[in-house]
Amino acid sequence: MTEARFQVGDPVLVTSRYPTGRRHIRTPFYIRGKIGKIERICGAFKNPEDLAFGKYETIRIPLYRVRFDQVEVWNDYAGNPDDTIEVEIFEHWLEPAEGSATDAP
Amino acid sequence: MPHEQHEHAHDHSHAPIQADERQGYYQRLADATRNLLIEKGVFTAGDMRAIIEKIDGRSPALGARIVARAWTDPPFRKRLLARGKQTMLEEMDIDPVVADIVVVENTPDVHNVVVCTLCSCYPVFILGRPPDWYKSYAYRSRVVRNPRGVLQDFGTTIDPAREVRVHDSTADMRYLVIPMRPDGTDGWPEDKLAELVTRDTMVGTAEVSIAN
Repeated sequence: MTEARFQVGDPVLVTSRYPTGRRHIRTPFYIRGKIGKIERICGAFKNPEDLAFGKYETIRIPLYRVRFDQVEVWNDYAGNPDDTIEVEIFEHWLEPAEGSATDAP
Repeated sequence: MPHEQHEHAHDHSHAPIQADERQGYYQRLADATRNLLIEKGVFTAGDMRAIIEKIDGRSPALGARIVARAWTDPPFRKRLLARGKQTMLEEMDIDPVVADIVVVENTPDVHNVVVCTLCSCYPVFILGRPPDWYKSYAYRSRVVRNPRGVLQDFGTTIDPAREVRVHDSTADMRYLVIPMRPDGTDGWPEDKLAELVTRDTMVGTAEVSIAN
């Protein structure tokens, strides 16, 4: 399995990239630019951005479940401030967030 | 002018049986793709029929058996939460087919609800085909943003003090919610408990009740 760059509990930032054209991206718009924490490492899977266009020889990329606080995701979130949302995100869409262990030199 | 009635070799007449609407673009694309794959020998029409029959043979009863077992067998529940697919496969001979099943459990502190905002990913091999609402834009767009409001629309009120945790099934994982076991079911056998566990309770839009 491809070595995972992040560990459970690491704070991560979802990249704010908005590529155009024919794409098949599994990172929802609403979560781009948000900071969450790694909940678990799901394994490594073939990149859906390649698979969708017939590139089956693509590399496997670590997939994570990332937990976000709803109040961080939606400015006007009205529920319990402890409410959360968890999203599966591939590693190439994640960057270390401030305070992340992977930030250390 | 189409004929309204016609006679043929049996003893009654009826309107001609015909498709009442033209196939849409994606239906025609899907049919053409299927025909090409069959022509190229990738699979046969029989293979396709068999897989559809296999999917249609799955129902929420499978998931309900898993939940009932989890309620009555704490070590099993622990293994299920840690390794969903492997535990279902090895201990109950239920194959969820997908890469893995993330099993999450409702507790007095947390209520879980599952969605796929990007399309309609759903654990069909343990719950059967998804309900139409699960695939609707309304559910998919609203439940991430206002989960308590959507649950309320389903008649499910979550105590404001409990955390609501939404799971967006965006990639290779599929999800199963273990609902809370209702009070008053002490000593019930697994098969009787399984009858209480409905589809929606395993997606997280409802809670299990004895009154169901």
